Amino acid sequence: MGMDTSTAILLSMILPAVAVVLNLVLRSRDNLRDGLTFVIAAATFAVVLTILYNVGGQTTEPLVLFEVLPGLDLAFNVEPLGLMFALLASSLWIVTHIYAIGYMRTNKEMNHARFFACFSFAIFSVMGIAFAANMFTLFLFYEALTLSTYPLVAHKGTPEAIKGARTYLGILISTSIGLQLVAIIWTFGLTGTLDFTQGGILQDHIAGPMAAILLALYAFGIGKAALMPFHRWLPAAMVAPTPVSALLHAVAVVKAGVFTMLKIGIYIFGIDFLATTGASVWLMWLAAFSIVAASVIAMTKDNLKARLAYSTISQLSYVTLGMALATSMGIVGGGLHVVMHAMGKITLFMCAGSIYVATHKTEISDMSGLGRAMPITFGAFLIGALSIIGLPPLGGSWSKWLLMMGAVDTGQMVIIAVLLVSSLLNVAYLMPIVGKGFFIRDNAAAAPVKNLETSPLVWGPPAFTALGCLVLFFFAGYIEAFLMPLGVTN
Amino acid sequence: MDSGTLDFIVGHLNYWLFILLMMTGLYIVVAKGNLVKKIVGLNIFQTSVFMLYISIGKVTGGTAPIFPLDMKVDPDVVYSNPLPHVLILTAIVVGIATTSLGLALIIRIREEYHTIEEDQIAEVENAVLKSEQWASEQAAGEHS
Amino acid sequence: MATQEVHHVALTLTDHLPILEVLVPFVAAPLVVVLGSRRLAWPIAFAASAISFVIACLLLLQVLDGSYISYHIGGWAPPLGIEYRVDAANAFVLFLVSGISTLILPYARASFEAEIPRRSTTLLYALYLLCLTGLLGVVITGDAFNVFVFLEISSLSTYVLIAQGLHRDKRALTAAYNYLIMGTIGATFFVIGIGFLYMATGTLNMADLADRIAVQSDSRTIRAAFAFIVVGVGLKVAIYPLHLWLPNAYTFAPSAITAFLAGTATKVAIYVLLRFMFSVFQPEFIAQVPTLEVIILPFALLAMFGASLTAIFQRDLKRMLAYSSIAQIGYMLLGIAFFSQAGLMATMIQLFNHGITKAALFMGVGAFVLRAGGSFYHHLYGLGKSMPWTSAAMVIAGISLIGVPGTAGFISKWLLVQAALDAGWWPIAILIVASSLLAVIYVWRMIEALYLTETSAELPARQAPLSMVVPLWIMALACIYFGFDSDLTLSASRTAAEGLLAGSMGME
Repeated sequence: MGMDTSTAILLSMILPAVAVVLNLVLRSRDNLRDGLTFVIAAATFAVVLTILYNVGGQTTEPLVLFEVLPGLDLAFNVEPLGLMFALLASSLWIVTHIYAIGYMRTNKEMNHARFFACFSFAIFSVMGIAFAANMFTLFLFYEALTLSTYPLVAHKGTPEAIKGARTYLGILISTSIGLQLVAIIWTFGLTGTLDFTQGGILQDHIAGPMAAILLALYAFGIGKAALMPFHRWLPAAMVAPTPVSALLHAVAVVKAGVFTMLKIGIYIFGIDFLATTGASVWLMWLAAFSIVAASVIAMTKDNLKARLAYSTISQLSYVTLGMALATSMGIVGGGLHVVMHAMGKITLFMCAGSIYVATHKTEISDMSGLGRAMPITFGAFLIGALSIIGLPPLGGSWSKWLLMMGAVDTGQMVIIAVLLVSSLLNVAYLMPIVGKGFFIRDNAAAAPVKNLETSPLVWGPPAFTALGCLVLFFFAGYIEAFLMPLGVTN
Repeated sequence: MDSGTLDFIVGHLNYWLFILLMMTGLYIVVAKGNLVKKIVGLNIFQTSVFMLYISIGKVTGGTAPIFPLDMKVDPDVVYSNPLPHVLILTAIVVGIATTSLGLALIIRIREEYHTIEEDQIAEVENAVLKSEQWASEQAAGEHS
Repeated sequence: MATQEVHHVALTLTDHLPILEVLVPFVAAPLVVVLGSRRLAWPIAFAASAISFVIACLLLLQVLDGSYISYHIGGWAPPLGIEYRVDAANAFVLFLVSGISTLILPYARASFEAEIPRRSTTLLYALYLLCLTGLLGVVITGDAFNVFVFLEISSLSTYVLIAQGLHRDKRALTAAYNYLIMGTIGATFFVIGIGFLYMATGTLNMADLADRIAVQSDSRTIRAAFAFIVVGVGLKVAIYPLHLWLPNAYTFAPSAITAFLAGTATKVAIYVLLRFMFSVFQPEFIAQVPTLEVIILPFALLAMFGASLTAIFQRDLKRMLAYSSIAQIGYMLLGIAFFSQAGLMATMIQLFNHGITKAALFMGVGAFVLRAGGSFYHHLYGLGKSMPWTSAAMVIAGISLIGVPGTAGFISKWLLVQAALDAGWWPIAILIVASSLLAVIYVWRMIEALYLTETSAELPARQAPLSMVVPLWIMALACIYFGFDSDLTLSASRTAAEGLLAGSMGME
């Protein structure tokens, strides 16, 4: 494919933007609208693949579109982490789009055009985040992502939905403007640049406790990474229709958060700088706390989506932990975990949606025996859950392994213990759902087993991503090799 | 009182009068509830400023700044400074415009409110405000 | 600095641009009245405003390099004659004022028709032009007393324009009356200040004043003059405790007038404040008197928080935006309080960006008033669906008001925070950021009302007429455009800030 990389980067953002416009213009032509969006989603994925084909694991020169303020450019480039994120989001967009069509139609939700337009806008923002060449551009799209997903969370328009959406927006905007923006301006004031540079830009400009404070402004300012105590928005966002929870709150939004966290660690602070100053030690402990605490809370939740949300909070902190370890193993493990967890969690969310569409059940205690009626959904759920727990032969095992290696490198035995305990907790809150579904029978004899699975548009996608978890196990080596340049220390 | 202080007081007589008039005017604007009286206060306040300007144009021993017709200016004759007077001419025009506009507004206010007392107007406006609040609460109630 | 000597012989039209800037609307106003034709009133007003805008653009291009143009009225050389002096600071404000005015006029046509009886519209355009004349005159003149005259021309016409809201709500009358009282007190204070300056220096030309104040030792008269001028102009600016006239005036004025005033009047007053503080009194004088830290800074912070909190609890969108204006003026004052080039630059750019943002928002309100019958939040329910274009433009302007990146508002917030950090006042930087969060809340109340509620009206509101939506969108797109391409605004405000901080331009 003879497309140059600059064009491809722009195209990967223009295509979803076109989808936004198409959805608004064709608001009453349901089939045409959804069909065209699918084509665009596929095209976007193809464009990102082209970039992979052209660039591979290289880092390209920034493509500057505007100079917004002197030293502040709207600029894009390709580097391994961003490319991986773009590949992940664009491929899962296709899957989720199919799933969303099935879900929205079967469930008779309203305002399809607005929904899909905002959805496409969110993907547009994610592409911008993935290819951002500096912190300013990233922040711009970070905010765009927040604003475009707000209508999705509030989609149902019920008082609970609006309340949830307010919490969502309130925490994300106030952390990003109140803390992250301050950190960005501070960084800019110190260094005069915000470009993502291998090895970081901050060394020689800041030292000691100030570095730790700046890191804190970033870590808490990136609200999307759901680091405790700024995690409340994620459970609140679960009022959204399930496709939103699946793509946005298991993949795009939260992964944009930890992705930003990794970017900060690698390209703003620099791993060496973090390791030598120890600025991130406190963050490592906080992430460890988040991992355990969120898992414990997850066990207490009976609402399936709420449990998955807390599970996400816990898993996101793995990535933050990877960055905070400040070793190449930790960084690569964190990057890998972004992919592995995305694949596993999107499966779980889509299964939850499938159950809801079929039975309108949201509480785990009501799901006894459902596994027999919905074997594909629960089968996919089992695979997704095992991948999250980290059992071979599923993708999730690799990233946890790398993170543990990272912890060994730094000699933090407690962190290793935390990772082990967390895996056990994962088993404790995920397996009972599967167990209930398959082995416990509702009302002993009465319920006849009949197939409750709905449209293939609803159960197909989770089955597909479950398969993905399996495939990733065998391809993890490639991804790891691809991400290796990130961990290079100088 | 020593003579220095007395000189200071007498020598700055125009300022004392200016301050007195200015404060009187401002006090009326703030304290009176009748809209016309407020305009009267405003006029006194403005006039005090006119006085200030005109008095600073005075040059001791100066005469009216009119040149003789043959334009033979005697360098020994001291003239008062005419510029402040000219400025104040403009300010007076502005003042008249303000006053007439204020009075016109008062007439319209009386037509709409049937009063020119500030507290009675406030009563009417509060009632409107309450009914607006009620309407918006009703409307908000329907939606929650 | 390069000066451009202007002689009264062999002048081309280009040399007369400074006076034409003011003269065109000034002549057009009586023309509208004399012709008395309802059909011709609008075209004349629009043409006059558009010509002023073109002239403002030409002037701005001439002075962007840091030079200035000095124009002598009637050929009388200053300091005796009246001088018009155009530099980057006031050319930038001229550009803003005439630009907003030109964009509001097409919008105003439909809005006036709906809100004001037809018999008054002709005179209304004349007053609008007079108001524009006054604002442009205040900005362009280099003579202190001339500022007062133009200030009163604009104020007197503003009072009448506000009172025209009485056809919708009789409270417009009391709002106009109260503004008249407070505005006149402010203007009179200003004149007292000028009087003291004249007493101390014997001149009224600003550049000459600056020269003479600089050589005089700091006297009590000059300090008194400074205090009177700051308070007098402060009333017009609506500096926080002197803002009481503003909410009612903005709420009850006709929609198009509110949009015009919000975009221009307070901005012009800020400019006057800057001009007097820095060009007349000189930065050295400001550094001596503790006005900035003791008066401007605390009141700016009070405005940012007090007015923002008040805005959150409003039920009427128009009134909410009025309070938000007071809060945003706080940012501009904050920039002044930093007393640095970065700070003044932030003030200038915020002046411009907030001008276009607020004008856009009030234009949207006018469209809602026209179609939904009011601007209370409950009038807005469901309008996201029935008036999609207007609502979308409101969302864009709303996020610019918050200062989300990619909008004009972001640029000014960024510069302001940077100026705070440069000055080492990091707690202030955090307060700036915190107060933008309050803006998130009040803007979000509007968005929720527009998009997340269903209308209770039986007939959904119709789309606003194209003549309103197009100017609104131009303004909203400007909010985005100046958020990405800040070349023009940045270079203008940088040159302006440099010029202001350099103090007096001096007589040539």
